[in-house]
Amino acid sequence: MTMQLISANHASAAAATLAARANRKARGFCSGVYPITPQTECIEQLCAVEIEKGSVVRVESEHSAMAVCIGAALSGARTFTASSSNGLAYMAENVFTAGFFRLPVVMMAVNRTLGPPWNIWVDHGDTLMLRDSGWIQLYCEDNQEVHDSILLAFRLAEDERILLPVMVCQDAFVLSHTMMMTDIPDQATVDAFLPELNLPHRVTDKPRVVGGLDFPHQTEMHRKQQIDAMSRVIGLYGEAQNAFERHFGRRPPDPVVPYRMDDAELVIISMGTTASTARLAVDAARERGIRAGALRLRMFRPLPEPALREALAGKRRVAVIDRNSCPGLGGIVWGEVRGLADPGAVVQNYLVGLGGGDIRPEHIERILEDLAARRQAGEPLFMESGE
Amino acid sequence: MNEPVLGGMAHTAADRPLPLLRAGNTNCGGCGMSIALNMLSRAIAGRKVQMVIPACCGIVTAGPFPYSAYGAPVIAATFASAAAVATGLARVAESNSDPTRILCFAGDGGTYDIGLATISAAAERNEDILFVCYDNEIYGNTGGQRSSATPFGAFTTTTPGGKHAPKKDILAIMAAHRIPYAASVSMAHPEDMMRKFTRALDLQGFRFLHVLSPCPTGWKSEPSEGIELIRWAVESGLYPVLEVIDGHEWTIDVEPTFSDQALRTFLERQGRFTKSHVRSEDVRAAIDRVWLDLRARLGAGTATPRP
Repeated sequence: MTMQLISANHASAAAATLAARANRKARGFCSGVYPITPQTECIEQLCAVEIEKGSVVRVESEHSAMAVCIGAALSGARTFTASSSNGLAYMAENVFTAGFFRLPVVMMAVNRTLGPPWNIWVDHGDTLMLRDSGWIQLYCEDNQEVHDSILLAFRLAEDERILLPVMVCQDAFVLSHTMMMTDIPDQATVDAFLPELNLPHRVTDKPRVVGGLDFPHQTEMHRKQQIDAMSRVIGLYGEAQNAFERHFGRRPPDPVVPYRMDDAELVIISMGTTASTARLAVDAARERGIRAGALRLRMFRPLPEPALREALAGKRRVAVIDRNSCPGLGGIVWGEVRGLADPGAVVQNYLVGLGGGDIRPEHIERILEDLAARRQAGEPLFMESGE
Repeated sequence: MNEPVLGGMAHTAADRPLPLLRAGNTNCGGCGMSIALNMLSRAIAGRKVQMVIPACCGIVTAGPFPYSAYGAPVIAATFASAAAVATGLARVAESNSDPTRILCFAGDGGTYDIGLATISAAAERNEDILFVCYDNEIYGNTGGQRSSATPFGAFTTTTPGGKHAPKKDILAIMAAHRIPYAASVSMAHPEDMMRKFTRALDLQGFRFLHVLSPCPTGWKSEPSEGIELIRWAVESGLYPVLEVIDGHEWTIDVEPTFSDQALRTFLERQGRFTKSHVRSEDVRAAIDRVWLDLRARLGAGTATPRP
């Protein structure tokens, strides 16, 4: 174990390297990598390390990066890649393929605005576009969480009761390029935490087809298996958290992270680093006598529905901050969680920090003021234009 | 040798116990891809192989889940991804000192068009993959649309008046990557086909085989005439049969007679050309240009491609 002052990109590469080496006695490790700002430092680091029985393939596109992971995973190797924004859009077909093939690929995704026009700053629209791809999605708040989530992701993904790929998401620049003290575990501890991968449907010399033709009733059966596996994640997540805590002495956050929620009358829901700012705003509001609370949605897929319902029970005013836009609806997170609040509750959508705009405590304070004055929810509000 | 055309039903002791293409598959009668697979099966013999097949007739050949018409493991890759998925398999096999040979088996769409960037990248990295393109010069699965492998003048559903652009020279493109082995294969010359399949299976690094593959459905031709069509294509000079070592050592394996009669017959026996009224004179000039380039590459110094 060492404490290192590193960016979340480097923290991701460190976690992937440890996980890669931990599979050296099984089928090893293989990764297809392709650079995109702001993920590049992660894959550069991966290309700079020696991995016993490991191979990092410098491919010509994100589409192929995921395809290499698919081939390698089907051959029984542990697999990892990283991407962002338009890279994820270009990769999308194979992101779905990895999901449909039930392959335990782990991907670090740096959330960046989709273009054009080009913008390299944070926005969650890129990974949220892939919400239906059959991947577990975790959104992180700091570098340690990014690092730990990648290790945890392999444990979840490779669990025979799950066998689903995992996307570990982090905010562009706010985390990807910001250095924080990060606790990097030693190899022996990771070896003990991550059992060797033994993919039950690994391609051997048996003559069978992976991904051939399905008739409708077979597709339904395969989709149901995928949905069932996703449904098991919430229950098994606690087990993985316990194992992580046992080996590393710290506990990765829950799927839904509450803050001063017990007596809260105004609730702010957010994802990623916005949650840190929301906590500051909640504290400031509390000092003024306003009963505010915050919920961070760390796990977006599967959507932790019971935890959200429980946290929102009895709450009459809920602000949902979306750092993404869903033309024709509003924000994606709002669209998903509004049905989980109590009937009659005001669940207002705020589009904040689109395209990497700063989300400052005063933004959230304004949201709280707006929410407190509301009789009913209205159209989604844009905080920059004030409309 | 016995006749490989019989849908994999005829076998000798020299064949794999489980043929690569099993009997009972749903390929069209006269499909060139079936012939290529049966010959490939014979060349593979006792080797362990894993195949990657992108979207193309060849993956439909496998049949519906959970059955497979293939006698080897197959991964169905997304259309553009065969060479990248195969890279993953090849790298992990290498890391584990696993002698399994990794094959891609793709149509012309997945090779010339949507798959080209992926193939180019795998070739540039010199991945240990054998890439076989069975080229029926058409998007067959989708009902017969033009690809960049469709020849000049051919009718397709998206070139109802005949295609205006000439066929892409895929072999030259692949040879330009200076890969260890690139070859075009004639199924009208089974000894040539067998030798090239065997050689390509034995070599290390990225190997590329181009197999012109008759498609009675798309070519509007007689199923029983597929092999003859290929023979006419070779004789007329329309389909150069050659191999390239390391991108610079070019060898013509079957010297054409450049017969105009063969060219006329090749065109006349296919509805895709009669429908668009393509004449052999329209095609001959393009053949001449291809052979001038080829002779220059061979260093033969002859300016007259035709005898």
